[in-house]
Amino acid sequence: MMYFDHAATSFHKPPQVAEAVYQSFSKIGNAGRGAHAPTLNAARLIYDTRQKLADLFEISDASRIAFTSNATESLNIAINGLFQAGDHVITTVCEHNSVLRPLYRMKQQGVELSFLPADEKGRMEYDKLKEIYRENTKAIVITHASNLTGNVTDLSIISAFARRHHLLLVVDASQTAGAIPLSVKEMGIDVLCFTGHKGLMGPQGTGGIYVREGIEIAPFKVGGSGVHSFDHEHPSVMPTALEAGTINGHGIAGLNAALAFLLETGVEEIGRRERALARRFIDGVRNIPGVILYGDIDAKMRTSIVTLNIGEEDSGQISDILWEDYEICVRAGAHCAPLMHETLQTVHQGAVRFSFSYFNTEEEIDRAIAAVRELAEETGEEVI
Amino acid sequence: MRQRKTYRILTFHTTTEAMAMEKSAIKHQIPGRLIPIPTEITAGCGLAWRMPTEEYPLYEDKIRELGLSYDKAVELMI
Repeated sequence: MMYFDHAATSFHKPPQVAEAVYQSFSKIGNAGRGAHAPTLNAARLIYDTRQKLADLFEISDASRIAFTSNATESLNIAINGLFQAGDHVITTVCEHNSVLRPLYRMKQQGVELSFLPADEKGRMEYDKLKEIYRENTKAIVITHASNLTGNVTDLSIISAFARRHHLLLVVDASQTAGAIPLSVKEMGIDVLCFTGHKGLMGPQGTGGIYVREGIEIAPFKVGGSGVHSFDHEHPSVMPTALEAGTINGHGIAGLNAALAFLLETGVEEIGRRERALARRFIDGVRNIPGVILYGDIDAKMRTSIVTLNIGEEDSGQISDILWEDYEICVRAGAHCAPLMHETLQTVHQGAVRFSFSYFNTEEEIDRAIAAVRELAEETGEEVI
Repeated sequence: MRQRKTYRILTFHTTTEAMAMEKSAIKHQIPGRLIPIPTEITAGCGLAWRMPTEEYPLYEDKIRELGLSYDKAVELMI
């Protein structure tokens, strides 16, 4: 089997991730619920994982990172907790539904929305920012990379605009955390949302949110915190403010091991290899008659996503054949990015997304190229 | 492309319904398999159950008896 669906979830993980999860079942209790060895083991593990995340994203205070179950939860916490009726929020057509749907829900409550458009290659039209900015604009909520095209957002442009207009900058790093270096400090990010199971190579059910000091987000869940049990209100101090209830200690054990691997190997190196594999694939398929590639495929900085269609074939059918006949795993159809599909004019056909991992091999890429070539040739024959 | 054939395609409201279909199909030897939902039926994503069109009438009642929920049962050449 060849797994090229890394953008959906990492399948190949460093072996120490599974081992750490397994070991945690005999080591950790519930963090912050006492002072016996198992609970302290959990608290130490979680503390250490927060520190590793702070190192990874260049965050000066690790306590500003709260654990969540995924990026969607983080984005919901941010979007529901930051905005109210009368606020104007700028987002983009490149967003995943995990940004769009919470924003649409806020729109029903009186939040105003504007979308930064993109061109036919899915590249954001940054110069339009000033056109959609309003007096009541409060924030920019933006992805660091499209989950459909693999295009990477130039956060330095966005960050400069946000600073100039005193806007909050909320970044969705679902597709870049662990694959592209990202400095919260350098980019002036106010809120960073990330998941643990994609580029970070940890277990599903892990993720997090960073909130800059000075920003308060109203939590949508309150409850057990391990401290101040007699208070009627949930503690407002981070990270406890956003971590009501028992957090996923066993998952975080795996995430900790994954982060250790990432920090040791280096995000630069991981991204370099993933991009090299994607480049090999792009170069192998781009001149095959009938193959349509989407996104800014010649950009130097991209994620490992390569999205294509073959003629007018149903993307679901192509992905089904890739699995049935070649044992190649890809994602097809819509990709929870409806506005990006509209921009690329792939609403009906969907698109076949390949996304490569650090652990894929050149041989696998070459076999994928051969499979796409065969399918394209068959399609061409049928058209004739 | 591969030889196109007509199939009966069952679509579902949720992935949970699709999983229930597969589990029951294996248990009760209902032919077919899960596929990505064809775009001719709906743009988007999700799973569908594909079975040979000639076999669908033989199992239609069984699927109903088993209480398996689905959205549509569409005949489609894919």
